[in-house]
Amino acid sequence: MTVLLALDQVSRRFGGLHAVDGVSFTVNEGEILGLIGPNGAGKTTLINLITGVHPASAGRVHFDGRDITRLRPHQIARLGLARTFQIVQPFPKMTVLENVAAGALFAGGASHFREALVAAREHLAFTGLADSADKPAATLTLAQRKRLELAKSLAMKPRLLMLDEVNAGLNPTEIDEALHMTRKVAERGVTIIVIEHLMKVVLAISERIVVLHHGQLIKTGEPNAVLRDRRVIEAYLGAKYASAHSEGRA
Amino acid sequence: MTNWIILIAGTALLASLTLSGDNYLLRLATIVCMYATLAQSWNFIGGFAGYPSFATAAFFGLGAYVSAILQNQGLPMIAGWGVAGLAALAFATFIGGAILHLRGHYFAIASLIIAEMLREIVNTTPDLTGGGMGLNVPILRISVAAQAQFFFYAMLALAAITTATAIIVQRSKFGFGLRCIQQNEDAANILGVNAYAYKTGAFVLSAVFVGMAGAIYASWVNYIEPPDVFDVLLAIKPLVMVLLGGLGTIFGPVIGAFVLLAFEEVVWRNLLTVHAAALGFIIVVLVLFLPNGLLSLARERLFRRKPS
Repeated sequence: MTVLLALDQVSRRFGGLHAVDGVSFTVNEGEILGLIGPNGAGKTTLINLITGVHPASAGRVHFDGRDITRLRPHQIARLGLARTFQIVQPFPKMTVLENVAAGALFAGGASHFREALVAAREHLAFTGLADSADKPAATLTLAQRKRLELAKSLAMKPRLLMLDEVNAGLNPTEIDEALHMTRKVAERGVTIIVIEHLMKVVLAISERIVVLHHGQLIKTGEPNAVLRDRRVIEAYLGAKYASAHSEGRA
Repeated sequence: MTNWIILIAGTALLASLTLSGDNYLLRLATIVCMYATLAQSWNFIGGFAGYPSFATAAFFGLGAYVSAILQNQGLPMIAGWGVAGLAALAFATFIGGAILHLRGHYFAIASLIIAEMLREIVNTTPDLTGGGMGLNVPILRISVAAQAQFFFYAMLALAAITTATAIIVQRSKFGFGLRCIQQNEDAANILGVNAYAYKTGAFVLSAVFVGMAGAIYASWVNYIEPPDVFDVLLAIKPLVMVLLGGLGTIFGPVIGAFVLLAFEEVVWRNLLTVHAAALGFIIVVLVLFLPNGLLSLARERLFRRKPS
């Protein structure tokens, strides 16, 4: 298996706070990796470091063998790293179609606007938004907006897609649909990092899980092994619960 | 396509004004074309990219002084205008690099002080610029009537070129990227838009034609001084005109320039003592009741006609 993304001792400080502290892990081409951790663990900050939104205070990030630590967000986007936002970020006054066309035009290699529109229609069909193509993005429901985020990211023709809590705020039916769609994206050969709160989602979809706590990586491994780990249970449920229920490798 | 037809027809119609032989009308039309250029230019950075720039006065004054100084050194007038545009381009690239990382109010304030900075530079370098004494600009040796026509045509051509640029930009990838930035800059960045380069491009477009307008103005009035060409109203009026006509539209800025200056003229003629207050009142009413500009009126009409 080839390594697509490699983090080496990546850190980010905000003043005295170590939001991300010496995190290292790799993502293999074609895999679905779950990134979990309690609130404030540094998951979104870590994604911001990878995508260049915040520069790393220390450490290096390599994508497909290339050092991308100091690249700017638009450069990283054009290399094939796409992300969705935890809080959806559409262009509210543009139509749904134009929103997706932006991804195709600026990062997806479409040579002109018309080509971008054609590509955008495909991605809207894939995400089930074809009927809403000409509506302003601001009129979509939350579930639709999350799918719009996905369609925009796909239009960038990503090699690695980071889904930041795409399922937060959705009802169980909508979550099942979103999971189904994530798997379909993976089948196209896109490597995926799923950042999630919902255990059900992570367990259902991830081949491997990375657990962050207080900005540090505390465990990586297969989903079931990770969930039995004492430190992971401690991080989520507290030390008392952990000593009663874990397999006690502390 | 419609945009091009409107532009050509409008330009031709205005050009025919010279047939009237009324110099008062020509003078008014020249000022309208000048402000149409300023408003159209501001629309690149303020309307398309969503950055509230107050740097228009700085570019205007810069263009006026660069052209005036070079003409006094013997450069032909038209060449002086061209160099003024290039100077505004270079200056906007430089200043844009310094202030375009700021957003919202912070950007507005930073852009506002640029004109003050230039004004101080002019005031403190009297050997080159004449300082507070002002600067004479070589007079064109043709009849007064011919001058009025010539400068009207020059301003009209500049306004038409600026509008043509706006049409091209709006339909381009560049214009699309600016709209993305205007609506959500962070999202645009993540989608691969080089926001920094695009914003700088918009800022430069908001400067070039303004610099040339300043240069033409200087040649037209033959004498410039800092309070005149760095006047803060040169930054504020174009902004009001764009808001009046329609933000981010093609002909909104031009219509806004027409309407505001027409109002100004009528109010000023009839209410000399309270004209500033009356004008302010009209602007407030228009902004309150037509927040999307005058063009939105026409658009609503069109939509209503459609059976839906």
